Amino acid sequence: MNEQAKNVWNQAQAMANAAYRARRRNVTIDPITRLEGHGKIDIFLNEQGGVERAYFQVPELRGFEVFSIGRPAEDMPQITSRICGVCPTAHHMASAKCLDSLYGVQPPPAGRKIRELVYSAFMFEDHALHVYVLGGPDFIVGPEAPAAERNIFGVIGKVGVDVGKKVIGMRRRLRELIAYFGGKVVHPVMCLPGGVSKGLDPADLPKFKQLAADGLEFAQFTLQVFKDIVLKNPEYVKLITSEAYTHKTYYMGLVDENNKVNFYDGQLRVVDPNGKEFAKFPVEKYRDYVAEHVEPWSYMKFPYLKPLGWRGFEEGPDSSIYAVAPLARLNASDGFTTPLAQKAFEEYFATLGGKPVHHTLATHYARVVEMIYAAERMVELLNDPEITSKEIRTIPTKTPSVGIGVVEAPRGTLFHHYETDERGIIKMANLIVATVNNSARIAMSVERAAKGLIKNGEISEGLLNKVEMAFRAYDPCLGCATHSLPGHMPLVANIYNHRGELQRRLEQH
Amino acid sequence: MLNNRKERWHMPKPKVAFYWCASCGGCEETVVDLAEDILGVVEKVDIVFWPVAMDFKYADVRAMPDKSITASFVNGAIRSSEQEEMARLLRQKSQFLIAYGSCACTGGIPGLANQFSRKQILDFVYQGSPSTVNESGTRPQTKFQDNGRQVYLPEFRNMVRALDQVVEVDYYVPGCPPTPNITKEAVGALLAGRLPPKGSVLAPDIALCDECPRKDSKPTNVSFKEFVRPHQKILDPSLCFLAQGVVCMGPSTRKGCTAQCPSGNMPCTGCFGPTSRVKDQGAKILSSLCANVEPKDEASIDKVLEGIPDPIGTFYRYGLAKSLLRRKVNLPAS
Repeated sequence: MNEQAKNVWNQAQAMANAAYRARRRNVTIDPITRLEGHGKIDIFLNEQGGVERAYFQVPELRGFEVFSIGRPAEDMPQITSRICGVCPTAHHMASAKCLDSLYGVQPPPAGRKIRELVYSAFMFEDHALHVYVLGGPDFIVGPEAPAAERNIFGVIGKVGVDVGKKVIGMRRRLRELIAYFGGKVVHPVMCLPGGVSKGLDPADLPKFKQLAADGLEFAQFTLQVFKDIVLKNPEYVKLITSEAYTHKTYYMGLVDENNKVNFYDGQLRVVDPNGKEFAKFPVEKYRDYVAEHVEPWSYMKFPYLKPLGWRGFEEGPDSSIYAVAPLARLNASDGFTTPLAQKAFEEYFATLGGKPVHHTLATHYARVVEMIYAAERMVELLNDPEITSKEIRTIPTKTPSVGIGVVEAPRGTLFHHYETDERGIIKMANLIVATVNNSARIAMSVERAAKGLIKNGEISEGLLNKVEMAFRAYDPCLGCATHSLPGHMPLVANIYNHRGELQRRLEQH
Repeated sequence: MLNNRKERWHMPKPKVAFYWCASCGGCEETVVDLAEDILGVVEKVDIVFWPVAMDFKYADVRAMPDKSITASFVNGAIRSSEQEEMARLLRQKSQFLIAYGSCACTGGIPGLANQFSRKQILDFVYQGSPSTVNESGTRPQTKFQDNGRQVYLPEFRNMVRALDQVVEVDYYVPGCPPTPNITKEAVGALLAGRLPPKGSVLAPDIALCDECPRKDSKPTNVSFKEFVRPHQKILDPSLCFLAQGVVCMGPSTRKGCTAQCPSGNMPCTGCFGPTSRVKDQGAKILSSLCANVEPKDEASIDKVLEGIPDPIGTFYRYGLAKSLLRRKVNLPAS
């Protein structure tokens, strides 16, 4: 073939290939339409078989903010709890605080203390569930253990059947306390603006005091289990502190006047990637500090620090991304008000090399520290003579207009913001749910895990396990955005080669 | 395949499936809370599909012979094409399809979205909300081209539907969420072959007042001079809410929950739905309350009704999608 013919041939071939590639890139992969309720990851490879881009997508939206319009504000604690059946108490409580703010009313001391008692029991129960059942097995049983063993049964095998019984029993008793006040444990009904509907009968106090004492012992036991099994194993510590699970971002959490962690009330404090205070503000000012960015490829929005502007999925000094939840709460605070949690807090930072801790997997450790605080707080509140007072409600008298309420949910800062007419009928509701605050960091963790594991087009079988471990650390409650139980997040990963062809599809339900 | 129902029930291990649609996960929590109690039952069945807790794939369900699953429990309302498709598939593969929880039975709280259009929801969430910054007007796209990479999202429908508005349903287990007890009863009845007529709600067919501890204080002859919203007064922990002038859905709601909300000193909001004798739960309570409004002139009646500022959210909180109203009429079709 002469040179000219060869060139024409090659050009024609290149054009044909390009056209073919373009067509292939647009092929609709049928199962993608069947992903409602799943986390979904699309991974695109470059020509060398490395990861060019990974998308973490949340494919669902229910529209609570819009169908709250026209509802009486006092119904909101019960309506918004339906955002999530796993953490209904967090929404119920954030909404109650929003109503206090809306009506400019403060619950009497007993009303406030009962709320905080129920909330502490909820945080404890939810954290315990995660440590023993959902995320913890990765460590207690081991990240390399077969998936069939990385569950509560594997945990029981490792720590003994008595512990298994203890976990189930403790969770049941904590849930009974929530139901005592809330009527129901899933979707409680106790909160009204200015207080709670039901008080604590002194006759029932000894039972709950015993529960709190047992709970504190259980929380300390859990910290010991974590130390013995995880921290004494250099391999695990190496994994926790490895680059693949590290992101240098900002951190946010609710703190009291002394910058101590508080789940129920306080101001929001943000620290920068070096651990220096970036901002501290009353929750009513959240719009000056927090904004949400929209991407066309996910129904979940991506919050960032408004004063810095949206800078993309960046970490380090150029980042405007903040994280929430246990890791962030410890980074954003100066400690705890209770002695045992404070001691655990100091040990935590000493073990992990000082503040701030950027290792996503350290969230598991931070969660155990918070369990101790929740249990100590329950003991404190139940020993407070005011808790059995019959004064549990203040009837609101002011004309409502705007309310903003924030709590720390197990999975991070939870914002409720309502505007009403003078009758207290909702005109506008804005919600930033806990997991959503972490959405940008979760997306970064997914891409980091994918990039770390996929090389030369070879896809490690362990990819989903490792990616899921990054997820599980956040305990992403996509139940708030989808409807799966946290930690059991069904996950689908599609991997496309550089021509946009689907190369592998991995599913984990 | 065995066609005789009795013989099927005597097969050693009936197959059971669980699936969720547009829901919050609370129904799943109830099933998990049941775990301790239900171990005996679990030994008697094969769980063939439970995406939230066990590793099975959709393809496995597709490959099953028709009617090979004894009972499928589906929770959540139907909002997307994917949910509709799964409902059809499970219908095809199951002898009994059970609507589990308020959302599957009657649309549930997500059904309140039927008062709004999809566009209203998208516009607020991605543009109007006070914390959203979106100068370019970006919206999530079902098909999005990013640097030659094609990324997809499922589309969500304009309307929320109950499960039986999409496929035929055999039985209903009500509640938001259903209680562990009522679930245990329902599963037990199915497994023992104690089958009520098709279409039955597997809960007692009597109004909630019957099991309410405040029953004795329920006035025989109520007369409403006003309705009080729950935040406006201190609620008596033992007196019937209607006697306190507070709207309680108890009289038009099925019992079975052991009056959990009244035991938390808050009125019933109706999550168990109506009894079999009531066609429309909201219309029923509305007619009984309104018949007992004391004033008879329009202005005074309006004054009394100020205490019920959101009739839809009060009377149809869990049942709008399935009610005679179903949805707001003047919404755009898509």
